[in-house]
Amino acid sequence: MSAQPSRAAAKPAFVKSGAAGSAVFPGSESRKYNYFEPKGRKATHYEDMTVDVQPDPERYLLQDWIISFPDGTPTYSKDWTAAKSSNWHKFRAVDQEWERTHYQRQSTICGMVQNTIENGRKSGAPARFDAAWVKILQNHLGAYKHAEFGLGTSTMQAQRYGYTQMVNNAILTNSSYKLRFAQDITLYLSEIGLDLPGFDIAAGKQHWLEDPIWQGVRKSIESIMGSNDYLEQYFATNVVFEPLVGELFRSGFLMQAAAAQNDFITPAVVSAAEADYERNLANTVELFHILGEDPTHGAHNIALFNKWLVKHADLAFDAANHLQPIWSQPRVKVTTFNDALGHAKNRIKGIATELGLKVPANLAS
Amino acid sequence: MTASLTLNKITAQKGISIAEAASRVADLGWTPSYVQEAMTFPTDYKISKTPRDPMKQVLRSYFPMQEEKDNRVYGALDAALRGDMFRNVEPRWVEWMKLFLAIIPFPEISAARSMAMVGRLAPGEELRTGFTMQMVDEFRHSTIQMNLKKWYMENYIDPAGFDITEAAFGKCYATTIGRQFAEGFLTGDAITAANVYLTVVAETAFTNTLFVAMPSEAARNGDYALPTVFLSVQSDESRHIGNGHSMLMAMINDPSNHQLLERDLKYAFWQNHAIVDAAIGTFIEYGTTNRDKNKESYAELWHRWIYEDYYRTYMLPLEKYGIKIHHDDVAAAWDRIVKKNYVHKTAQFFTVGWSANFWRIEAQTEKDFEWFEHKYPGWYAEFGDFWKWHAKLSVPGETNILFNSEVGYSYPHRCWSCMVPCLIREDFCCDEVDGKMYTYCSEGCRWTHKVAFAAEYEGRATPAMGRFSGRREWEDCYHGWDIADAIKDLGFVRPDGKTLVAQPHLRFEEKDMWTLDHVRGHQLGSPLRGFRALSPIEREVAITDYRKGFKINPCH
Repeated sequence: MSAQPSRAAAKPAFVKSGAAGSAVFPGSESRKYNYFEPKGRKATHYEDMTVDVQPDPERYLLQDWIISFPDGTPTYSKDWTAAKSSNWHKFRAVDQEWERTHYQRQSTICGMVQNTIENGRKSGAPARFDAAWVKILQNHLGAYKHAEFGLGTSTMQAQRYGYTQMVNNAILTNSSYKLRFAQDITLYLSEIGLDLPGFDIAAGKQHWLEDPIWQGVRKSIESIMGSNDYLEQYFATNVVFEPLVGELFRSGFLMQAAAAQNDFITPAVVSAAEADYERNLANTVELFHILGEDPTHGAHNIALFNKWLVKHADLAFDAANHLQPIWSQPRVKVTTFNDALGHAKNRIKGIATELGLKVPANLAS
Repeated sequence: MTASLTLNKITAQKGISIAEAASRVADLGWTPSYVQEAMTFPTDYKISKTPRDPMKQVLRSYFPMQEEKDNRVYGALDAALRGDMFRNVEPRWVEWMKLFLAIIPFPEISAARSMAMVGRLAPGEELRTGFTMQMVDEFRHSTIQMNLKKWYMENYIDPAGFDITEAAFGKCYATTIGRQFAEGFLTGDAITAANVYLTVVAETAFTNTLFVAMPSEAARNGDYALPTVFLSVQSDESRHIGNGHSMLMAMINDPSNHQLLERDLKYAFWQNHAIVDAAIGTFIEYGTTNRDKNKESYAELWHRWIYEDYYRTYMLPLEKYGIKIHHDDVAAAWDRIVKKNYVHKTAQFFTVGWSANFWRIEAQTEKDFEWFEHKYPGWYAEFGDFWKWHAKLSVPGETNILFNSEVGYSYPHRCWSCMVPCLIREDFCCDEVDGKMYTYCSEGCRWTHKVAFAAEYEGRATPAMGRFSGRREWEDCYHGWDIADAIKDLGFVRPDGKTLVAQPHLRFEEKDMWTLDHVRGHQLGSPLRGFRALSPIEREVAITDYRKGFKINPCH
């Protein structure tokens, strides 16, 4: 081997350190991601972690998508939703979620739920639940967990289709929250079931599949799962189902009625889902507001969203009405179905108004 | 307090078992009867058996476990800064991270997306919990890697290249192979993409070189951040490997799937080899300054992780199910690494193209030469002069090595399949697909394009299989452009508007840095356009000539 090093012409300048600031040269101060426009004055950490990680031909993808489906559809296609946008890249998730914040929040919820259940059980609380209430938890909270699971799997499917990383990640975290909550309820019921003789953990699924009270909800959920348009799934979940059925049952029934039945555990378990929904709703409203205000496609989108609203509100309203008998089942009545439904209708009206949509006649009154 | 009294004894209460919890969570699903689930991404496979979830984990334990892993990672990053890691880090290493970390977040998030594709395919719900966790894991990997990259950008001496990272990923001739890697996870037949290519091959086999072997090399170069992040990432992979294997086992007992499985195991192995070995082999062997002869070379690592761990203990047992394993391809890949210098030729190619990069590549030195010769006998005779030329031509004002005829390097064709150039000249081949001529680095890649990615496989219709598309030859995008204009168009110029992001050295002084003017005056061209323009006779001559290769001229 030659012993002739040929670096004489290129004798290195002797910079000892690889640390920032140890030399000054062109570009040595360029310490921000500079390839996207932040929403605000400065890029947030969420934006740095998220924007442009999923590229596309409008954003730097020089060679276009390089694998396609057999019909020529590329890896990501704008045609996977009937909604249109002149700038799919504008959306930023309001909750600014990236992996660290997501795990911190989810983990905190898991700890909170687990502690509440453990401490409640230690104090013997389930045994003091009113007997009629136990049946409600067994049959109806047990049935409702499947609705949450359906929304979780639906949004898990939907997170494949969005045209940008920001859209897909917001739908992904939505899915993660829904699936966690479905499991929260499952494990909660399983654990209190250990303290309640005769508690039938399988009854919830049976009610979900067969009880007429739940068939409207199941149909509504299956319609969301069955949509081929990922944004319709996201819209129907957060703009329609959640306020009209999800919140109705969670806040409008469980969280209000539980205390009067000696149950302080269920409201704590369920409260996490209400907080999850506030975040998911904020993201959803932001996205659909941008699309509704789109300078080129706004009118098309509003017409489309109105169509989705009518379709899914019909199903969800029917589902909500089918749930009415549950409000009569607790021994101690705290709230009426009509009050809860009125609140739910106001909620969906508020969301629809925010988005510039026409409230369907059956919800307007 | 008595000796036998513990807090655990005081607080313990009866709970449900892990198996019971997993089984109840799996019972959350049902078969819709009012409306069928949205059409999933199609597959040509039949899945009739319900896959099992080997991990039996529920989200209640998953999220706190992951948060704890995160706390360790972010704590370690803080500790690295307090310990002044960047004072001692090797810039040669960190420069290659500009390329690696530009690529990897997209494959990661593509894996998250692909969980949607397999989530609804399998009967039963048990494995869907596994897929859910993998989806969130991959979201974790993608954004934790973006965070690491930002951290390097903020703390390393030369942030240029990190600052344009995702834009560079979409445009660079080198990152294009990473896009092929990632798009393969989520496009085309759902099982081919999201099960066999992603989980059975990429995650089971090649993440070991990516996320285990490479971090070890990082640590040898004073970089403790990369091992912290990537070993944490790798700790999630066992769950993904379990998902992949479980799905595979749900299909393998149906003989009608065997033909497709054999096709996909072969395709996935060869693509992973061509892409991952090219990139990671280069980072490990050429990004390091550590030349300890007792450490394993990339070839030795490959033998451990891919040959022993994957081929012998994972693939071979599949034969008992009647699957024909592509033994010849494993042997061919090994030969390409140890006998045909695949990794060394890739590093050479990246170096020839340095001016269109967005990271720096310094020349290898005598110390490096000795190690390479020790690990790869005959290396010096083939590559020694090349690296001397690179050192010599690293001074602004010299003719760019890409266009310097004194060097003797001959620019390669691009492989239409793996998108790495056709660097092993003797294996170069070409073929017509749908009436158009294409070039390939190897028979495995020719087969992949012509035979595997087609509407029919061995007489069987494969309507779900993907197709190659797009402007797959990077050079074609800048055919006829002056390289200075191409670099400007790529955005690989520093904020002063003239100094290149890439440099052929690690000298951090303005006077040593190349600008657009230093490289202007040379045109880029598409090798494939020229090749297609040849007559059949001329083409045969060109092929023969190409296969003979080239010889780097002595550098004095």
